[in-house]
Amino acid sequence: MTLTELISKLDERFTIINLSDDADQRQLSKVFCCDLLSFAMARNPADSVWVTVMGNVNTIGVMSLTDGAAVIIAENAAIDEIAAKKAVEQNIAVIKTALPVFETALTIHELIK
Amino acid sequence: MNLNFTYDVDSEDFTRAGEASADIKKKLKKMNVPHEAVRKVAIAMYEGEINMVIHANGGVITVSVNEDSITMVLADKGPGIPDVEKAMQEGFSTAPDNIRALGFGAGMGLPNMKKYTDEMHIDTEIGVGTTVTMKVNI
Ligand SMILES: Nc1ncnc2c1ncn2[C@@H]1O[C@H](COP(=O)(O)OP(=O)(O)OP(=O)(O)O)[C@@H](O)[C@H]1O
Ligand SMILES: [Mg+2]
Repeated sequence: MTLTELISKLDERFTIINLSDDADQRQLSKVFCCDLLSFAMARNPADSVWVTVMGNVNTIGVMSLTDGAAVIIAENAAIDEIAAKKAVEQNIAVIKTALPVFETALTIHELIK
Repeated sequence: MNLNFTYDVDSEDFTRAGEASADIKKKLKKMNVPHEAVRKVAIAMYEGEINMVIHANGGVITVSVNEDSITMVLADKGPGIPDVEKAMQEGFSTAPDNIRALGFGAGMGLPNMKKYTDEMHIDTEIGVGTTVTMKVNI
């Protein structure tokens, strides 16, 4: 499933903060959950959907270095302005939701499996 | 082919942490370096770059690329590492609370650097600084 297809299936509980240019070609691999950046750096699979509560600029940095497809900030956690700007600059898809991490991951997993 | 890149890593500007690694990744991709080597360099250099920012007030990174390897030298004038063996253990971290709040401090940076490079060497002296040299074979 492509990122564009996933986004078209998301209901109103999800808000798109930024979309990447290649979303319609980006084939999603799997869901990944973690908040510690050094773990995410080493383990986030390419083309993943990464669910975390860390909405700072380093999250965007890790996304860009690990080639993740999209990051979802769960629990209504804050996405700071610098991170939002960096996401646009680096062409990283960012989605936001009030759902907890587990429910978010499960919802995405069911949609892309 | 032998290319060298130099980056000043600024400790004041936390928002730019990781930019040197992101830039190298982009360059290596353009040079058609194999995907796996690019991933290893990106992970190892990012961890080293962040360490320079959070533990050592910044520093200088030089990256040299040739046909069969990529070498990264990360030099800082920070406090040095008192016990390298301990610092290399998974889970060991002296990161303060404000840094942990950003998602750092798992104590996985140095272990990641070791794991994702073919050679790694740490030169450190208390009060003088730390130089980490890492090599990834292509
Ligand atoms: N360049 C450096 N200068 C001084 N001390 C360092 C340097 N790099 C690492 N250290 C020390 O080694 C410890 C372990 O580093 P490591 O990168 O493994 O973990 P961390 O940076 O604390 O957390 P993480 O990388 O998982 O976010 C650090 O907490 C710090 O005490
Ligand atoms: Mg570290």
